Amino acid sequence: MAKNIIDVKNLSKSFNISSKEPGLKGTVKHFFKRQTNSLKVIKNINFEIQEGEIVGFLGANGAGKTTILKMLCGLIYPSEGSILVSGYLPYKRKENFLKNITLIMGQKQQLIWDLPPIESFYLNASIYDLNKFEAKRRIKKLSDMLEIDHELFIPVRKLSLGQRMKSELLAALIHEPNILFLDEPTLGLDINAQRNLRKFLKKYNKETNATICLTSHYMKDITSLCKRVICVHNGSISYDGELDLLLKKLSPFKEIIIVCRSEEDAIQLENSGFNVESKTKNEITLKVENNLITSSLKTILNNFDIEDLYINEPPIDEIIGRILIKKRV
Amino acid sequence: MSFRKYITVYKKFLHTSLASEFEYKTNILIDLITANLSLIGSIFLLSIFFQNNTSIGGWEFEQALIIQGIYTILNGITNTWFNPNLTEIVKHIREGTLDFVLLKPIDSQFFISLKKITPSGFLEIILGFCLLIYCIEINQINLNLSFLTLCLTTLLCSICILYSLWFFISTTTIWFIKTWNATEVLRSFLYIGRFPLNSFSFSLRIFFSVFIPIAFITTIPSEVFLGLSQLWKIFLEVIVAVVFLFSSRKFWLFALRFYSSASS
Repeated sequence: MAKNIIDVKNLSKSFNISSKEPGLKGTVKHFFKRQTNSLKVIKNINFEIQEGEIVGFLGANGAGKTTILKMLCGLIYPSEGSILVSGYLPYKRKENFLKNITLIMGQKQQLIWDLPPIESFYLNASIYDLNKFEAKRRIKKLSDMLEIDHELFIPVRKLSLGQRMKSELLAALIHEPNILFLDEPTLGLDINAQRNLRKFLKKYNKETNATICLTSHYMKDITSLCKRVICVHNGSISYDGELDLLLKKLSPFKEIIIVCRSEEDAIQLENSGFNVESKTKNEITLKVENNLITSSLKTILNNFDIEDLYINEPPIDEIIGRILIKKRV
Repeated sequence: MSFRKYITVYKKFLHTSLASEFEYKTNILIDLITANLSLIGSIFLLSIFFQNNTSIGGWEFEQALIIQGIYTILNGITNTWFNPNLTEIVKHIREGTLDFVLLKPIDSQFFISLKKITPSGFLEIILGFCLLIYCIEINQINLNLSFLTLCLTTLLCSICILYSLWFFISTTTIWFIKTWNATEVLRSFLYIGRFPLNSFSFSLRIFFSVFIPIAFITTIPSEVFLGLSQLWKIFLEVIVAVVFLFSSRKFWLFALRFYSSASS
């Protein structure tokens, strides 16, 4: 049985945030007397993550996903509660803890802008106490996995966003961490670059059994990588569990689109007691509960002359969108 | 903390920052010309002050040149190390890239204080030393081991005080986010260090000794050079340097507790 690698209990975080009224008067007032309010951005959350798991953090902008990630990797001190990551208190940032983790942020970069990425890799290697031969071996291995080769020798400023992101990943993984914190890693990447990155992360997780905590606004990242999701709403956890279960729970229906051979058949099907969503000439769209799909199909195929038939899953973005605005799922 | 690791990392810092700088050859050339012109301009300004006076605050022109030499060395060190690194702290905090520094298994103060260098500052350091050698000639100073040790000690202390002051101001960015102006004010105060402390009024002397210890930075090393400094002043400079270094370190560690990272 896999052991817990992340253990979060009653975690809360408050920030002092200043507010400003609009206009010149507000600006002057803000300059001389700043009004600050303590805002609780994370409210008493609890969860555990097992070794090797890939967990997606879902939530609207400002829900608190990144704050949670930053507390997990030790960048932000928690206001209340406790966090244990790999047996360490993250905010103490002990050397052995830091050698075990990495943080990758889609919108921030650590590579040296004017130099080829290979220079940043060797710099990171020296920081992580790797000798030249070991660093070379790891760069070769990771660059093969990421399918980057000659890009390693081109100045970062000349690389495309996708190539840069791959290089960022290599720089962040050179010390072979076993916990990865990824904050919107596919932000701004094109479809192919996104797919390649997901492919790499899957492979990395499979080969190293690394634990991955991921936030992303691209649902494809979540659905193709994460079995488990934690939904964050206004700093609280609204759902923690399997993604499949969540989707079933939120969308208990499927659409069956039936093309009948004749209009008479379509009329007959319309009046046969199914929940009809729409009808155009000889095409009918039915809304059927997930557990009734098989029996409904059987009835339709046995009793009607069907030319074609499709079953549609509801769009995942739409379902996830519904989760983001729900306090409790 | 392994000393060997820090040496290896520093070598990499040197390599990467030199390589980055050499990407822009024209910029280096302009910096080198600026360093030369700046020194010529400073000596010209000093000579104007001494045109109608044989001495200012008890210092003759040849002696005041020593202060100029020390100032040039310190300015070179500022331009080589402090300016490219310590101004970057503000950027790191504003843009949230300090996250990457804090998550590396290396001392964050070491990383952000020494990651970059601007090679053109080396020329200023060399010019400053050349000016000091010239001053040793014209002031007929006898060189011996104890003299050189004292000079080096006071110069090192000056570097530590200057670094600590600058680092202290940059650290406040964690609360105030934007403190460019404060570091600019510090640089302006440094210009004052080109003149002997005795040339200022009593109240200004107190201000520049107690509140912003510019006096310690240039005047005491210059007095040591001329054999005018009393031992207690040298001890005091060593103590001030240690206290400043220690405080800046503690202040940095304290400030990090309040680092909230930039939003994504």
